[in-house]
Amino acid sequence: MIRQGRLITLISNLFEERVIITKAYEDELHLEISKDETLIVAVTLRDWGFPLIQLTATDERGINGQFRLFYTFANDEEKFLIVVSVCVAEGEQSFPSIMNEVPAAHWYEREVRDLFGLDPIGHLDKRSLAVHEDWPEGLYPLRKDFRLDSEVPRTSGQFLYDRVEGEGVIQVPVGPIHAGIIEPGHFRFSVVGDTVLNLEARFFYTNRGIEKLAEGKTPLATLPIVERICGACSFSHTTAYCQAIEKLSGTEVSTRVKDIRTVVLELERLYNHVGDVGNICAGIGFAFGTMQGARLREELMQLNEKVFGSRFLRGINTPGGVRRDISISNINLILVTLEKLEQEFKEMVEIMLDTNSYMDRVQTTGILWNRTARDLHAVGPVARAAGIDRDLRRDHPYASYDRVSFKVPVYEQGDVLARVKLRIDETYESINIIRQILVSMPMGELTQQLGTEMIPYNYAVGMTESARGENVHFIMIGKDQTIYRYMVRSASYVNWPIMPLIVSEDIIPDFPLINKSFELCYSCLDR
Amino acid sequence: MLRIFSKSLKTGIVTTDYPKNPTVPASGFQGLPEWQEQSCDLCGQCAHVCPTRAIKLQKSKSESFWTVDPKRCIFCGYCVDVCKQHALIQGVKYELAELTESVVRAPHVTAFKHSVHIRHLDSGSCNACDWEMTTLTGPVYDIQRLGFDFVPSPRHADVLMVTGPVTRNLEIAVHKTFAATPAPKLVLAVGTCACSGGICGKSYASSGGVNTIIPVDVFIPGCPPRPQALIQGLLKAAGRALNTNV
Repeated sequence: MIRQGRLITLISNLFEERVIITKAYEDELHLEISKDETLIVAVTLRDWGFPLIQLTATDERGINGQFRLFYTFANDEEKFLIVVSVCVAEGEQSFPSIMNEVPAAHWYEREVRDLFGLDPIGHLDKRSLAVHEDWPEGLYPLRKDFRLDSEVPRTSGQFLYDRVEGEGVIQVPVGPIHAGIIEPGHFRFSVVGDTVLNLEARFFYTNRGIEKLAEGKTPLATLPIVERICGACSFSHTTAYCQAIEKLSGTEVSTRVKDIRTVVLELERLYNHVGDVGNICAGIGFAFGTMQGARLREELMQLNEKVFGSRFLRGINTPGGVRRDISISNINLILVTLEKLEQEFKEMVEIMLDTNSYMDRVQTTGILWNRTARDLHAVGPVARAAGIDRDLRRDHPYASYDRVSFKVPVYEQGDVLARVKLRIDETYESINIIRQILVSMPMGELTQQLGTEMIPYNYAVGMTESARGENVHFIMIGKDQTIYRYMVRSASYVNWPIMPLIVSEDIIPDFPLINKSFELCYSCLDR
Repeated sequence: MLRIFSKSLKTGIVTTDYPKNPTVPASGFQGLPEWQEQSCDLCGQCAHVCPTRAIKLQKSKSESFWTVDPKRCIFCGYCVDVCKQHALIQGVKYELAELTESVVRAPHVTAFKHSVHIRHLDSGSCNACDWEMTTLTGPVYDIQRLGFDFVPSPRHADVLMVTGPVTRNLEIAVHKTFAATPAPKLVLAVGTCACSGGICGKSYASSGGVNTIIPVDVFIPGCPPRPQALIQGLLKAAGRALNTNV
């Protein structure tokens, strides 16, 4: 346990005048260090048990002639974040890679190279990630001198997949357009017979330039964009975003707003978890589970529309509050629907877990080891099913989670079954949370003006625990109260690179099943 | 096994009879803004706040009025919130599918009127449209009862349902999928992003709508379109009028 005060003393003693520490917000410490110290600071924070939850960059050449990198670490026990910023002078265009010491940094560093043109010295993977092979060299979309409406020509280039060679080894390319109703991504399997030796996945097909789109827009005008980062996690993304804006502007929302947000966040988790538990059955061909899950999910979607006017819970959040209230009759509607749902869901999962052909496929399939999950910072149900006891709702409470009681289920096995069971347990907890809130919701203002004027080039981090795990939104405010830099690190962003690792030695027919049990989203990774 | 049977029987039939009896969404539905002439003072705030510039002032000699383009609207309701005169409300209409000239002129789809095979093509959607299409295959909407089905390959398809604004990294895949679909074929642009680019607009990463890349025959606006709106779009595409002969 390292409290904020003690951490400040420890860091000041270690790094003396080479570090500037600011207590920016109640739950955020900002450290400024020089580039040479990056590795030692990252290793120190890692050794104190703080996971790296985000790494991104900003282009501040127009203000002070330099780029800046931001490393966000989380102290879960004491519920605060440590944002370490490092300046990179315009002429240098490189920074030391920390991926060998902090493996969770591997994708972030490649993304910073692709989007800002800053080279992570010592990174083992030189290939592009966030832009594809036909993107011209020397063009970096998130630099300020790159215009949103630029016409970018296609160049010829090649992406080199890892090759596995030997007798009987063949490559199976799949995607980007898949056979089902799924989002696009490319998978390259190296197999012998049915057994997968290696899988490489390639993403960023659905990149819509969301982060660039937000730049220069007011917080309110950005909100519809945030809602559309991901369809199925729409509300948890907007909540993370609104919380960051409210932090920057010193706005304190009413308890009623927090309560409504909590209820909606849990409704979102519910329709996702219920749908996923059913949908995992589709990876096995167990139609009973697939259809029952789809039916219950649809009931929840219809409830969403009746209460909030949107099946995907859009149009509710706004910076400084919520735009929709929950009336007494709707409180009853939610409670009655959930009571029925709980009973039906229980019957469905009992039958599911009692069916041998189902259990045979999910047990010991796609095991994620605790060490891998920890090193690569897995999040959400995927991490909790691999023995990582971490849930932002408890560890970094937001909205009304500090005034309700709930359990955080954890499983050690790390297989498909553990991930299913975890979602089942969380479904009951979600219903429990909604009940606690709905019976004790005080009246209060729904929306309010954003508090103080936001200071240009201040930054803050907003976080939520979506159905897929931790969402981290980094916002830096520019002049005229508009957004200067917006970085969205969704749960899928950290879980996607883990999934291909655990498929090895399973068979190809198990891949859809493992993939479904991870339940990852492409659009909130690609943005 | 017996428990599966008994639970399934107890569940009963959950399938809707849409399009026979279209349901009206509950009050508070986030639908297309409707404009009420008598109270509007033409201040233009609605058009100013619209994130996708869906609201335009139409001027003729005798009168001026606002129009909302459903293909651009994302149903956020910002225009309704900002209107001081309360001249705008969010309506409950959701069956917004629009045929383009190509279908009206050449109704070549009659060939597969009652058996339409669909291929989904994600060209960069946020996955909300995709989820609603998955819902169509579930027990509640069950589009197989209407003669529609999703197929795994464009080579088996009569219809491409495209979601998303066509991102730079999917443009080639969209061209290839279109080419792989045998003629006669129809392209349905599903959702506001596919219809007009939506919030993504036209940028280095987004082409700004499916019809900038391949010809579109039917637009199904919505963000995302409700499952019923998708069914209406499919029926329209197949040349089957609503509420008859289904």
